[in-house]
Amino acid sequence: MSNLSLIIWIPLLPLAGFILLGIFGRKYVGKAAGLLATATMLASTLIALYIAYGYFTQYAGNYPKLVPVNYTWLSFANGLSINMGALLDPISAMMIVVVTFISLMVHIYSLGYMKGDERFPTYFAFLQLFTFSMLGLVLASNIFQTYVFWELVGVSSFLLIGYYYDKPSAVAASKKAFIVTRFADLGFLIGILILSYFSGTLDFNTMIGSLTDPNSVQLQSAASHTFLGVSALTWGAVLVFMGGAGKSAMFPLHIWLPDAMEGPTPVSALIHAATMVVAGVFLVARIFPILSISTPVVLEVVGWVGAVSAVIAAIIACTQTDIKRVLAYSTMSQIGFMMFALGVSKYGGESGLGFTASMFHLFTHAMFKALLFLGAGAVIHYIHSNEMKDMGGLRKYLPITHITFLLACLAIAGVPPFAGFFSKEEILLAAYENNPAIYYIALVTSGVTAFYMFRLYFMIFWNKNATVHHEHHHGEGGFAMMLPLLILALGAVGAGFIPFGHFVSSDGLTLESHFDLQFSAAPVALGLAGIFLAMWMYKKENNKPQQFATALSGFYKAAYHKFYIDEIYLFVTKKIIFNLVGRPAAWIDRNVVDGMVNLAGNSTVFVSEKIKKFQSGKVQQYAIWFLVSAVLIAALFIYVWK
Amino acid sequence: MQPGLFHILFISTTLFFLGVYGFFTRRNLITMLMSLELILNSVNLNFIAFNKYLWPGQMEGLFFTVFIIAIAAAEAAVAIAIIINLYRSHRSIDVESAEEMKY
Amino acid sequence: MNLHIILLLPLLTAAGVLISSNKQVIRMISLFGSLIQMGLALALYFAFTAERTAGNATQMLFEQNYTLFTSLNIHYHIGVDGISVAMIMLTSFVVVAGVLVSWNIEKMTREFYFLLVLLALGAYGFFISLDLFVMFFFLEISVIPKYLLIGVWGSGKKEYAANKLALMLMGGSALILVGMLILYFNAGHTFDIQQISQSVIGGRLQNIIFPFLFLGFGVFTALFPLHTWVPDGHSSAPTAGSMFLAGISMKLGGYGCLRVATYLLPEGAKEYANIIIVLSAIAIIYGAFATMMQKDLKYINAYSSVSHVGFSLLGIGMLTQTAITGALMQMVSHGLMTALFFAVIGMIYDRTHTRMTAEMGGLLKVMPFIATILFIVGLCSLGLPGLSGFVAEMTVFVGSWENADTFHRVATLLACASIVVTAVYILRAVGQTAMGPIRTEHLSLGDAKWNEKLAAIVLLAGILAIGIMPYWLNDLLTGPAKIIMDRIHP
Repeated sequence: MSNLSLIIWIPLLPLAGFILLGIFGRKYVGKAAGLLATATMLASTLIALYIAYGYFTQYAGNYPKLVPVNYTWLSFANGLSINMGALLDPISAMMIVVVTFISLMVHIYSLGYMKGDERFPTYFAFLQLFTFSMLGLVLASNIFQTYVFWELVGVSSFLLIGYYYDKPSAVAASKKAFIVTRFADLGFLIGILILSYFSGTLDFNTMIGSLTDPNSVQLQSAASHTFLGVSALTWGAVLVFMGGAGKSAMFPLHIWLPDAMEGPTPVSALIHAATMVVAGVFLVARIFPILSISTPVVLEVVGWVGAVSAVIAAIIACTQTDIKRVLAYSTMSQIGFMMFALGVSKYGGESGLGFTASMFHLFTHAMFKALLFLGAGAVIHYIHSNEMKDMGGLRKYLPITHITFLLACLAIAGVPPFAGFFSKEEILLAAYENNPAIYYIALVTSGVTAFYMFRLYFMIFWNKNATVHHEHHHGEGGFAMMLPLLILALGAVGAGFIPFGHFVSSDGLTLESHFDLQFSAAPVALGLAGIFLAMWMYKKENNKPQQFATALSGFYKAAYHKFYIDEIYLFVTKKIIFNLVGRPAAWIDRNVVDGMVNLAGNSTVFVSEKIKKFQSGKVQQYAIWFLVSAVLIAALFIYVWK
Repeated sequence: MQPGLFHILFISTTLFFLGVYGFFTRRNLITMLMSLELILNSVNLNFIAFNKYLWPGQMEGLFFTVFIIAIAAAEAAVAIAIIINLYRSHRSIDVESAEEMKY
Repeated sequence: MNLHIILLLPLLTAAGVLISSNKQVIRMISLFGSLIQMGLALALYFAFTAERTAGNATQMLFEQNYTLFTSLNIHYHIGVDGISVAMIMLTSFVVVAGVLVSWNIEKMTREFYFLLVLLALGAYGFFISLDLFVMFFFLEISVIPKYLLIGVWGSGKKEYAANKLALMLMGGSALILVGMLILYFNAGHTFDIQQISQSVIGGRLQNIIFPFLFLGFGVFTALFPLHTWVPDGHSSAPTAGSMFLAGISMKLGGYGCLRVATYLLPEGAKEYANIIIVLSAIAIIYGAFATMMQKDLKYINAYSSVSHVGFSLLGIGMLTQTAITGALMQMVSHGLMTALFFAVIGMIYDRTHTRMTAEMGGLLKVMPFIATILFIVGLCSLGLPGLSGFVAEMTVFVGSWENADTFHRVATLLACASIVVTAVYILRAVGQTAMGPIRTEHLSLGDAKWNEKLAAIVLLAGILAIGIMPYWLNDLLTGPAKIIMDRIHP
């Protein structure tokens, strides 16, 4: 393919948009900012589609890892170098399509959603910055490049969560998101340092090559160095995964994600549902050969972290009342699915089904979760509230939103033939074949997923009658907001029919996926059960939910309070770090370290206070001192030294 | 009896300690100045005596004495100028009244 | 390129400032003098790289050597290598910005600008001189103006702070002087750095001299536990004073630690490397935690400077080429970043008349430019890629990681851990200042004026130039770092 170098324009166009809007947006561009940003996104999306199409058709069946662009950014004296480049392989080709496409949808949606906002150009500048960073992240050919863009997506997420900067809760949420992910990034950074030290490179391809070849010196030295009884390689891999877990809001680093919903809803759709939060999954997929071949134990960890996050998030989601928080926990749960799918996978061939399934789910999830968030955005736009209790019976007022939301719910619940069904079936199949324990957890979770999604759906669109103030009724929010919903609904319905194994697999070869009706029976039945349970409980306003809550009192309360994980974090940070580390450090500095300096000064003053009396101003006293000293010196001279 | 070196040194020592005593005990600056002159003169006596008894053929001691007398005159002039100024500002030539120059 | 111009221009500017009486003229003279100097510094960079690409591999370029004092063998010997060029550029950027943010100083304007230019002169002289005596002379020149800048134009406990700063720095100078003299008498009565580097100095003697020189320069660069002048000095100094203090003075120390102590006494450096690492690791993590508790913006930046400068010292202590390159990058990066941070704090203080974060909020609404700069500089401080801090810190980390033993690993891990704490305090400070609901009494405040905007843009340009294209700085610094390393591991 001749035009591969076009690939750099995919991230560079949004970057150009960011620079333009960031510097001149407020003064000179104004209202046109949205259109301008959308135009760059459109161009970027088209290029991404073109590149991905070219890649998948040209190399059909045996996908190489291409590096069309590679520039040295910073080279260290020890031979390591940070390069900025683009690595094109099936997963990055898939990701650039997902990121540009969802971003384009969100851009279009925001044209309507953010209309009239005071900082309209700034908003789009941030969106462009995020898209640039995310694209740089997925295209990274160098693990340090991943880290660079990893931080940049983190900061764009921070900026967008805190977009409504005069709301204290938004400010707190943005800080929390940044700091929690930053903590995870620390692990990532140390992991990079370990892996690069042993493999002697930062380049993904070379690193994977040397750390998966059992005969390589690098792998042997990395495996033989141990720390606390665990090999350096395992440490490196676990720490890199920690970075991924933080960004992907895996238990126990997930606490930032629900709070991140303080940002504008389209942002939640783009960053905290479809793209940035799956960066962790992407990272694990990127270093998957190392994990599966050299450190299977880490993959085991990945699997269990994913499974635990999936089930915890699903349970919490059943109790939340803020519609965006429900979606946030649902996102966390679905990413848990992707994670454990990777965790139960092996490298190559049929046993690599989990890998394909994970990527497939990432793809379909991006569609229907973005749709869910954008739908929720339309609801919030209409109702001006996030609380489910303010909603109900909205199906009459928001018909398009209602239909598309329903489609997305069916997709996430895994009802055939919607997109989520196919990808989730593959995940369950992979889990079933490799780790039955995780399979049963996943099975239950998928039933719970169906329940809470339809709980959400019925609470919004059915339940009680709508209490909308018709006087400031402004409809569903125009063409700009509805178009993305419709396009994404198409994706949520149809994306499942893509033969994903033909495109993405752990080893780059085609993987034929096949469906087993018998196997699908259990999950689908559980999903339908969940839906009917939700319908029975929430379709009409009644007191059944209340009764359930009281019946499960302790457990319900714990789940409602998100299992008190936030409180634990607060205790550790506020009480332990602030009070036991920060305050003493500040106190010691002012009183002990600086105290020594002041002590030096004060003791000089003290001594001079004592001896200054000699300087009495009395001439005769001086004369006496002079005489006495002269006599003494003379005596010394005569009797001691002779 | 011919006075010997010892006699002269005795006188000059007496003169010296008289001067020192005066310098330490008097509060009047003029008196202190006079005591100072006594000390200088005792030194002069020493110079002359040693010159005469130790190196009779040489003149250095005499020259030094003349030199000191000259310096003492200059010094007295300066000292009296200072004392007058002090009197003008303090209305007193008591040394105790001029002790601002301290810590 | 004739290096004399680098010193001549500030001298002319200082003279021009002294003879003019109109305040506007004084400002203009200082501004144009420093702008031309910035141009010169950039020209120096290009001339330097041109020489290097032309294949001139001499350690020092543009050397000139005149005898100042024959009997003591003192020479006015000047020349530059990559480190000096980088530092001169840093200084020139900070000076331009410092002159610009002081535009509204009405009290004794002439003297103020004269001292600023004098301080800059000292720094330029320090960075280009290759003779210890002349270097020391310029180091002292840059201390005295700081005392006056804080004592006269400062705020708060300014006399205390000025005294403390001057005394501690003088104490450092005294140590340097002692070390320098021992070196002089044992290296064949010469102050010339290159001649000293040729002469053989015994290992034991190096172990005696090294602490004097390193601690002496360490005081300047806020080596823990000799850093306590930093918070007090910064918080009392006028804006430009803080900028110069953190942006230039602290770099004099770092430069001296490397160029004088480590380069001339490689054996001593090896002997004390572990102590340096311990002290700097403490400074990094402890400075960061101490920052977390501060409520005054200037204290926040001062303590964070202690933490950030720790990275430079850590890089020096790690004794690998990459780490030393990283240490130098951190010096340049921190100089620009912290100067900009102080500039922004000054701008905010000029408007709100408070520096307490709790008494502010939502400033993004009324002063978008200033608040945006505050964001950017905060992000630079917490090591965001694309800004200079990230590049420097990562280079230090990668270089530190080359030492494979547990001791070095633990120190590196501690240093890495500080990036989280940094994020905490920066976001707290920025969040409280720029975000959140605005106070009603701040609603009428205005945004930055032309001079403030220009100052911020100049420094920001430097930060971005390093953050986005780090390779040029890396190329500049890695050569000298290699020369130093070759002396340590011959």
